[in-house]
Amino acid sequence: MEEKIKRENYVRSRFFKSLEYVLLVFTSCVFLIPIVWMFSTSLKPNNETMSIPPKLIGSTIEWGNYAKAWNFLPFGVFMKNSFIVAVTVTVLVVITSSLAAYAFARIQFKGRDTLFLMYLGTLMIPQQVTMIPLFIIMKKLGWVDTYQALILPVSFTAFGTFLMRQFFLTIPQELEEAGRIDGCSPFGLYARIIMPMSKPALSTLAIFSFIGQWRNFLWPLIVINKTDMKTLPLGIRMFQGQYGTEWNLLMCATAIVIIPSILIFIILQKYLVEGISLTGMGGR
Amino acid sequence: MAENIVNSTGLAAKNNKKTGYWNKREKTNLITAILFLLPNIIGFLAFTLIPVIVSFIISFFDWELVGDPVFAGLKNYYNLLFSDRLFLKVILNTLYYVGSYVTLNVIIAMSLALWLTRNLKGVLVFRSVFFLPQVMPIVALALIWKMMYLPKYGLINLFLGLFGVPDINWLFDPRFAMLGIVITSGWMGFGYNMVIFIAGIKGIPQSMFEAAWIDGANKWQCFWRITLPLLSPSVFYAVVMTIISSFQVFDQTMVMTGGSPANSTNTIVLYLYQNGFQFFKMGYASAIAWVLFAFIFVVTMIQMKLQKDWVYYE
Repeated sequence: MEEKIKRENYVRSRFFKSLEYVLLVFTSCVFLIPIVWMFSTSLKPNNETMSIPPKLIGSTIEWGNYAKAWNFLPFGVFMKNSFIVAVTVTVLVVITSSLAAYAFARIQFKGRDTLFLMYLGTLMIPQQVTMIPLFIIMKKLGWVDTYQALILPVSFTAFGTFLMRQFFLTIPQELEEAGRIDGCSPFGLYARIIMPMSKPALSTLAIFSFIGQWRNFLWPLIVINKTDMKTLPLGIRMFQGQYGTEWNLLMCATAIVIIPSILIFIILQKYLVEGISLTGMGGR
Repeated sequence: MAENIVNSTGLAAKNNKKTGYWNKREKTNLITAILFLLPNIIGFLAFTLIPVIVSFIISFFDWELVGDPVFAGLKNYYNLLFSDRLFLKVILNTLYYVGSYVTLNVIIAMSLALWLTRNLKGVLVFRSVFFLPQVMPIVALALIWKMMYLPKYGLINLFLGLFGVPDINWLFDPRFAMLGIVITSGWMGFGYNMVIFIAGIKGIPQSMFEAAWIDGANKWQCFWRITLPLLSPSVFYAVVMTIISSFQVFDQTMVMTGGSPANSTNTIVLYLYQNGFQFFKMGYASAIAWVLFAFIFVVTMIQMKLQKDWVYYE
């Protein structure tokens, strides 16, 4: 009798667990509807994008829509630009931030704390405050419509330095003491001891810098006018401006912009999610 | 708080007394420090600190970019705060956005975080799914939603129609446009906070819950008396960060509505963009930027003060 009750309870809890699982899968599917709808619309012929009731697949599957959208605007160029900017900024951020963070965390020098406070202070100031003078500077330097304008102003914010400094402080001193006794220079300490130990924080910083640049819209919008210097977000905006009412083609353009993001995500997702959990941060 | 961060320094040894104003150790340290700092500091000065100062100065001038700046004293700020009707609407729109978006975001993020930490298989997949929009350009996602909000044929209206809800003009109706943008932003944004909350929940030791079980607590009590208080630092962090970033909303409003209809979706940064880069009123736009900063600063300070009341630190 006892055995029967136990088995009933077991079956019941298994049943509810499966139900919960099904519900979770259902919720995720609902969540993904916009993405699915984007792909669905992108493959429809023009006169079928709006229909009642909505159809997942049109009467024909127009793979040619993608070719059309791709040819309307130079998406290859947009992708190249986005990629160049994102990678360069990431490299610059990781290197300069970690170097500066090492100074703040491990070197005693006059004025260190005041300087660091200044860094911290600027963290509170939104990027929009510096946009206008930066635009004027770019104009005066003749850097409008250049890679420098897209890369340099965003590579030196205080955020990376702050993140790395906090992380460096958690590394025990003994390792560096040992290195110093062996005659290691500060740069050697930085490069051979601290940096290899900082992989989690470094990869978090790198990933968030990359994604931040990949998604960046406002600053490129301000500083780029020439079509062949535009990044993907600007490209899709341009597409909307010219072909906004052709929803199927617009969805193709959107898909073209989103697919690289999905690929990047699949590759990086483990580090991404762990990075936020670990450091509790990530430039927003 | 800032002091605590600054004073948690590395090297404990302090230099003892010196033979001159600079002893040798301090000198080499300073030079070494400069070398390490140089790349970052040059960029920081050139692209952050100096522009911040310049921006502040410009806000006291009238400058149409062609021609010279004309000193205007506090005129820009006065106009912004007291006579620009449109800016008042913009501020209200932004506050409405911030309030509803942050609430929606945090509630959904928390709910899903609690759900995903319930010992289910393959949770990592779901965590990634909900996080997905965070890696995609906002403008692309916003356009998908723009299409979904279309009157008559848009997915949203078709869905609501199943429940007998009459067609809503969403992005063309001043009463609903901002709400539409809030919902879209919620869909895009909650994944981030969800991940933060999941990490926080996983950090709560099981022993807490076991002790509560023994004392006869039910699930609901467990949540309110254990989970939530222990999560309050994460919630605080999430709320503050989300508020700060939502004040700066731009991509969605620019691409989905451009501020219409009837300026019901014009937000501070969009207004800044219009004044600075469409009307080229540099001084006025700079003042808008500083007003934005003031809002963010005040709201964050209020949060910091309230922190003592509801955030539970061990």
